[in-house]
Order: sequence, then C-alpha cells, then structure tokens
Amino acid sequence: MKHFFIICSVLLALFSSQLSAQQSPVIATQTQAQLQQLTNNKLRQSLVLLQSIASREGVNMLPLYQSLLDGQLYFIKSDTKLIKVVKEAGKKHYSELFTDREITAPAKKAIKKIRVNNKIRIYLRKQIANLKLTANNPQVRQDAVQSLLRDLTPTTIANIAQLRLNEKNIEVQQMMDLALTLDSAIHGKLAVTQVSAIAQLQGNLEPQVRNTLNALNTEQSHPSVQKAAQQALLSIEQSIQFYGYLDQLFFGLSLGSVLLLAAIGLAITFGMMGVINMAHGEMIMIGAYTTYVVQLLMPNLIEYSLWVAIPLAFVVSGSIGILIERCVIRFLHGRPLETLLATFGISLILQQLVRSIFSPLNRQVASPEWMSGSWEINPVFSLTLNRLYILAFALLVFLALLFILKKTSLGLYVRAVSQNRAMAKAMGIRTARVDAITFGLGSGIAGIAGVALSQLTNVGPNLGQAYIIDSFMVVVFGGVGNLLGTLVAAFSLGIANKILEPTTGAVLASIIILVFIILFIQKRPKGLFPQKGRAAE
Amino acid sequence: MKIKHLISTLALSVSCAISVGAIAADTIKVGVLHSLSGTMAISETTLKDTVLMLIEEQNKKGGLLGKQLEAVVVDPASNWPLFAEKTRELLTQEKVDVIFGSWTSVSRKSVLPVIEELNGLMFYPVQYEGEESSKNIFYTGAAPNQQAIPAVDYLMNDLDVKRWVLAGTDYVYPRTTNKILLAYLKSKGVSDADIMINYTPFGHSDWQSIVSEIKKFGGEGKKTAVVSTINGDANVPFYKELGNQGVSAEDIPVIAFSVGEEELSGIDTTPLVGHLAAWNYFQSVESNENEAFIATWKAFIGDDKRVTNDPMEATYIGFNMWAQAVTKANTTDVDAVEQAMLGQTTPNLTGGIAKMNNNHHLSKPVLIGEIQDDGQFEVVWSTDSVVAGDAWSDFLPGSKDLIADWSSKTKCGNYNTVTKVCSGQK
Repeated sequence: MKHFFIICSVLLALFSSQLSAQQSPVIATQTQAQLQQLTNNKLRQSLVLLQSIASREGVNMLPLYQSLLDGQLYFIKSDTKLIKVVKEAGKKHYSELFTDREITAPAKKAIKKIRVNNKIRIYLRKQIANLKLTANNPQVRQDAVQSLLRDLTPTTIANIAQLRLNEKNIEVQQMMDLALTLDSAIHGKLAVTQVSAIAQLQGNLEPQVRNTLNALNTEQSHPSVQKAAQQALLSIEQSIQFYGYLDQLFFGLSLGSVLLLAAIGLAITFGMMGVINMAHGEMIMIGAYTTYVVQLLMPNLIEYSLWVAIPLAFVVSGSIGILIERCVIRFLHGRPLETLLATFGISLILQQLVRSIFSPLNRQVASPEWMSGSWEINPVFSLTLNRLYILAFALLVFLALLFILKKTSLGLYVRAVSQNRAMAKAMGIRTARVDAITFGLGSGIAGIAGVALSQLTNVGPNLGQAYIIDSFMVVVFGGVGNLLGTLVAAFSLGIANKILEPTTGAVLASIIILVFIILFIQKRPKGLFPQKGRAAE
Repeated sequence: MKIKHLISTLALSVSCAISVGAIAADTIKVGVLHSLSGTMAISETTLKDTVLMLIEEQNKKGGLLGKQLEAVVVDPASNWPLFAEKTRELLTQEKVDVIFGSWTSVSRKSVLPVIEELNGLMFYPVQYEGEESSKNIFYTGAAPNQQAIPAVDYLMNDLDVKRWVLAGTDYVYPRTTNKILLAYLKSKGVSDADIMINYTPFGHSDWQSIVSEIKKFGGEGKKTAVVSTINGDANVPFYKELGNQGVSAEDIPVIAFSVGEEELSGIDTTPLVGHLAAWNYFQSVESNENEAFIATWKAFIGDDKRVTNDPMEATYIGFNMWAQAVTKANTTDVDAVEQAMLGQTTPNLTGGIAKMNNNHHLSKPVLIGEIQDDGQFEVVWSTDSVVAGDAWSDFLPGSKDLIADWSSKTKCGNYNTVTKVCSGQK
C-alpha cells in the first residue's frame, strides 16, 4: 500500500513536470466552470460534479483527483482559483493545480481546503486506477488493475481486454488475466466457460476471488458451476486457515516480545536483586516520555529520533533508577514488604510528577515512516512492520543483556552479589556499588522498553501501570532470577493468550491465563526454571 | 513522622483558610467533581477547566442573584467509590449549591444514591447508555437515541453497510448501548451471522488479533462497518493497528462514540482519515457562539493548540441553563431550580437551541463527522432538527414502556405507561 502511494506520487510528479513543460493543458470551458463549483464545498454536489468532469476529460484531470484524494487541494477565497498545497518536511509548498508552477505563499486565512468524504475518496481511487491502466511504470499498472478487481464494470473489462493485447510485463499480464477470468466466471455465457474460469481461480487468495466464488456458490447458478465454485472455495479456505494459524503465531510472538521487553528489566531488579520494584512500570513510562521529548527537540528528523531516544532513555531511566536505589531502596534491604510500599509510593510520585510537567493528557509520539504499514507476503498474510521490528528489538536487547551478565566483569559481580552477598563482599566486591549499578541497569532497560512501547500504545502517565502486573507475571512464571526463564515465559504467555483470544475474547483470555499461572505457581512455586544448587538459597 | 505531621497541619490550615474565605464573602458554591488524577484524568481535567472558565465568565457578568460564584474543586481520582465520598463531602461539608461532574456511568451510578439521599443537584456532561432518570441529575450528554441510533442509520442508509462489528470496552455503557443496537439492527432485519460483538478490557493495547478478525469478517463481500464504544486510551492503539494492517476507512469505516477532538490530539491522524464519529458537537462547526467559545477557551487555558469537544459543549449548555434556572427561580434551592430547569432553552454551540425536556435530558442535533488529517472532524451528515433525548430506550423489552417525566403532574423517573405505575425513582 505504502509503495503504491510512493510510486503514485513519483508518477504524479513526472506527469505534472511533463505538463508544465507543455504549459497549461487545454481544459474545456464547461469543465472550468465545474472546477469553480467544486469550491462551494458542498459534499453532495462534489461527487456529481466530479462524475460529470470525468465523463468529459481524461488523463489531464489526474492532478485534480490525486490532490483531492491526498487532501492537498485548496482554493484561494478571493478568486476561487484551485491550488495545491504540499507539506514536505514541515514546510508548505504552494503551486498551481494543473501547471504545477510555484506561487507565492498566500495568507493562511485566504485559502480554504476542498474537503472530501469516503464516497468521493472511493470514486477518486477508482478514477485514478482507471487512468493509470496506461501508466509507464508496470508496478503502477499492476496496482491499478488490482484495485479495479473490486468493481469490474463492462467498460473496465473491455478496456483491460484491449490493453492486455499489448501488455509486455508478465506480472501485469497475470493481474489482467485474473480480472478477465473473474469476469468470465461471473458473466460467462455458457456454464462450461464459467467452470473453466473457476478452475483457473483455484488457489488464488485475492479476497475478490473468494467473494466472487461465494456469490457463485448459490442455487441460482448452474449446478456444475456451483459445484466448481464449492471446490475452489474449499481449497482457498484451507490455505486461509493455514495462514490464519501463522497469523496467530506471529501475534503471539509479538505480544510475547512486548511482555519480554516490559519484564526483562524487572527480571534484573526483582529477579536478581530481589527488590519488589513497583516503580518498574514508571521506568518504562519515563523511557516513553524521553522518546516524546526527543521528537519534540528534533521535529524534522522523526526518522532518526528512535536511534537517539534508545540510548537517551537508557541513561535517563537508569539514572533515576540509581537515584531511587541510593536514596530509598538501599535502606530497606531485606525488608520486602517495606520495599514494596516504598516503591509503590515512588511510582505514584513519578506519575503525578509527569502529570504536572507534561499534563495528564496523552502525548503524541510519531512513528517513523519505516515502522508503519505492513509487509504483505500474500493477500491473506501480512506482518505489520512495527511489530516485526519490536520483536527483533526485544530479542536483541535480551541477547545484549545476556552478554553483559555472562561475559563481562560487571556481570560477574552482579551474579556474585545476587548469589551470595556476604561472600562477594568478603572477596572485595563493593556490593553497595554493584547494587546501584544493577538497579540502574534494570531501570535503564525498562527505559529502552518504553521507547519500543511508545510505538505501540499511548504515551501517558498511566503507561507503566498497564505493564507492571504483566511484568511480574512473566518473571514469576519464568522463575525468579533466571533470564532464560523470562524469555520462555514471555513468549509462551503471549502465544497462549493469542491462541485463546479468538475463541474466548480478550477479557476471558487474560483471566484464564492468570488463573493458570496461579495454579502453576501452587504446583511449582519457583516457576518454570527454578534456580538450582546453592544459589537458590 | 515529622513530615506527616507537617502535611496534616498544612492541610488543616489550608482548608480552614478556604472555609473562612467562604464565610467572609457570601457566594454561590459550585462543586466540580472531576478526576484530576488516575486513568480518567486525561478526559476530566479538561472539563474541570471548562467549569472554571464558565464560572469566571459568569462572575465577570456580575455573578448570579447578586452573588459571586465560587468553585469548590475536589479530586475523586478516577476511583469510583471515592466519587460517592467526595459528593457527600461537597454536599454536607462544603454545602455546594450544584455539582458539575463525573465521567463514565460507573462514577455516576456511584454518586446517584448519595445525591438522591442528600437532595443535591448534579449535571452529567457525557454521552451515556440511558436507562436512568433521577430527580437530582440533569443529563446534558447524548442518550443512545441521540448518538448511537442515528449513527447506525447513517451507515445503513448512506453507506449501505450490511455487516456490523460492535466493538466495545467491557463495562456498563458499551454493554447497554450494544444491547440497544443489537435489538435495533435485528428490528431492521440484520441476521445474527452479520453481527460480530467484541469486548475488550479497559486500556487494551494489543489489538492485533481483533483487527485481523474484523478484517476477515469484513472481507467476505458485504460492506462492513465497526461501531465502536471503545473507551478512552484504548482507542489509540486500536486505530494504529487498523492503519498498520491496512484497513482503510473506505473498506471498513469505524464509527466511534467516545473519540473526539481531545482524544485525537494525542495521535497522528493520517491513517485515520475518513473514519467517523457521532457527536452533538464538533469544534469545526461554524457558528458565532462556537467561535466565541473557542476563543474564550484558548485564552483561558493559554494554549492556542488546545481543542474543544462534545462534553465541553454539554458542560457549557448545562452551566448556562443552570444559571438561567437560578435566575428564574430566584434561589439556589434544589427543588425550585429543578422545576425551573424544565423547559429551559439556551443556544447550543452548533447554531441551534438546546432545550431541557421533562425527562431531564436535552434536545440536541446529531452530527456525524469524518476524521481529517488535522485531527478535526468534517461534518458529513446531520439531523435536520434537534432530537429529544430518550431516557428509556424504545428497543429494549424492559424499558420500552417506561418514560421519565419530572413535570408537576407525575414527578417520576420511570413511569410505566402500560401499568400506569411509577416503579421507583421519585
């Protein structure tokens, strides 16, 4: 979809530059008058006007349709002249609609946008697709045919059949053939033609194919046609079901990656240090707010903002974590209940602090272009990019943390202190300092998780609360003090949740999971992967 | 221990100062019961500011009955039982004359017994599920027949929608609204197979499988729409997921009853363009009253980017009506003001006239707007005239015979027109 837009706009730019080279196109006077009427801003009339214009004009109206669809069409109030306003990297460019000549920027109040609604948008898309059947770029032609599949009128079919004769590109040919086959499946004069057309549609996952077959699978069609449609549908349904399972698996992995990100910091502060840290969620929140502030400071570089935000969030959350450890937690060592209450209090303080600084309203964190949209593998199976990146990111963070703990001297100290504080101290490790650094590390990673979560959910003062229970659940289920357990627990809970959800609904699914964990903990109080040996004491 | 002592002393002295100030100048006290912390703070803080602004404006005009108005702001902290406690505090300790407040039906239901017991007066400014009419509450938000039913009519008649997804957050407002919509859709001949109902917990953030189900449900040939009663924060990830999975408003439009300008100001609206919302007010509506209101609001809040929304208009109408009713009754006595409220009219912000009906609900226009890329709504449809709010839905078996009428004859919140009995609320 995204590529389609990019190509469209590139093509449009080419088109308009050609047009401007030939100076302004010839437009019939009647069309001129109707273009003026568009500025009346009456939505009901607009569609009629556009239809009338389209019946007379051809490809020269493409700039009109495209800018209208993109919400870039404005007019100057004083002389109802149509202009195009393109926003690019925070700057607005004003140009004449058909010639694309730049004009001096008019005052903000002197121009008005020409609004469209869904009905008009649907119509515009259809018109643009029709006009683009003859575009130079094969990808554009293919997309145009594909978007026309939904609405195959006899004129469109005749047009496509004509163009098919001279089409050279194989992919466009296939798409055109599909359109023609669909048409003969519905309108074929003989049942035999219909049946053979249906046979060709077998295994095709385009939603339009399924709809057509569904429509043919009724009593009204010829018995042989109905039977063929039934068969074809069956094979299609089977592959849809298969991709449905893959979908579920991906959703589960993705939810798991979010749980992993949220819990991994806690796996250190709670898992390794044994601090019941109720303010963990707020560390995530601070990371998310760091992303917001970074974007605020570099509004024109949203694409790169996350790369700045990730280290910065680590530093900010990490230092706040160290501060909390130094000022509060270290005095409560070995008193879990008091730690719980104190950190809960800290979490409330941090929330209200954010409310006072940033207002209680949610803040807008933009997603970079490369993170929106989806990777379409086939018409029924696509992976959303933001989830895919976050899945990869979660694994990366996990591996990095594993490396720090297992391969660096800091990791050695951390493990030593968490296993036997007194002995570590006796060996000359400065336990107080290691405590602070460990807590900072856990908090910093929570901050990084906040950067990732800012791409998925609301950035508001309550962000952390939503994840604190899940985080504890994952850590306890995986086995306190075991990073690998956290990984396995996060993904198994995520997948289990997503398998349950379609049948039970989201509310019941989370209840079932929670009950399961309670029962599981009864049976195995130390989680999936309990600490073994002397470290367990 | 020292700090705690200090805080309590401080709090005590502050509250003393407030009450002393109150006694010194004879004022009319206006209670503001909106959450300033917790989950609902995101929506309710704005309404607290709106009431403060309206009070300031009224005081500039000389107050009411020759007295200045004084706001008493409390924070129920999005905690439902605390709403009841704070109401009691406002009515017994602060002795306020009127309360503007609450958001979500849970909080209103929690206030209800207290306000009826102590005979207070409250204005509830948010759209709700109906099925209630209390002598002590005026409902200035939309009832289902002023929002949900016209929205469904629009989708059915103008967009030819044949399949319906009713998606909501799991609590009383979406459940009741969906019950009404289900009955309504069935009365229009929609079959069970063409209706999908889905509930999610508060603040749900992982919409992947639900959006993918909606996509599948909508990909079966018939035009499909989503009627969303998803509340608050959960909307943002929902719309983001829709955008990422490539569900555009042209394929499957989503019409929302809880998404307004304020909610949209927290997100990038480009992928949402074309999705719909049904309200009784949009900031984009052009009228003199609206222009003045927006200008006053921006000046009051000191931020040119702040938006206005439907519950703010409901607060505005409620406040103006209350002021008129107090003037008419020439007292702030609850019973007198309650009677004076009935039939009261005041200009709304969309260029029409709001009227308070005998069932404590307003007559309002219904507007349907499409989300634009600047976070505003473009009105694509509206009712020809105002629609009177219906306290008891005509589409539910238990409530279709009930009416609410607080005019002098019946004085009843749920009068059964068949058995001719008032079944409770008096």
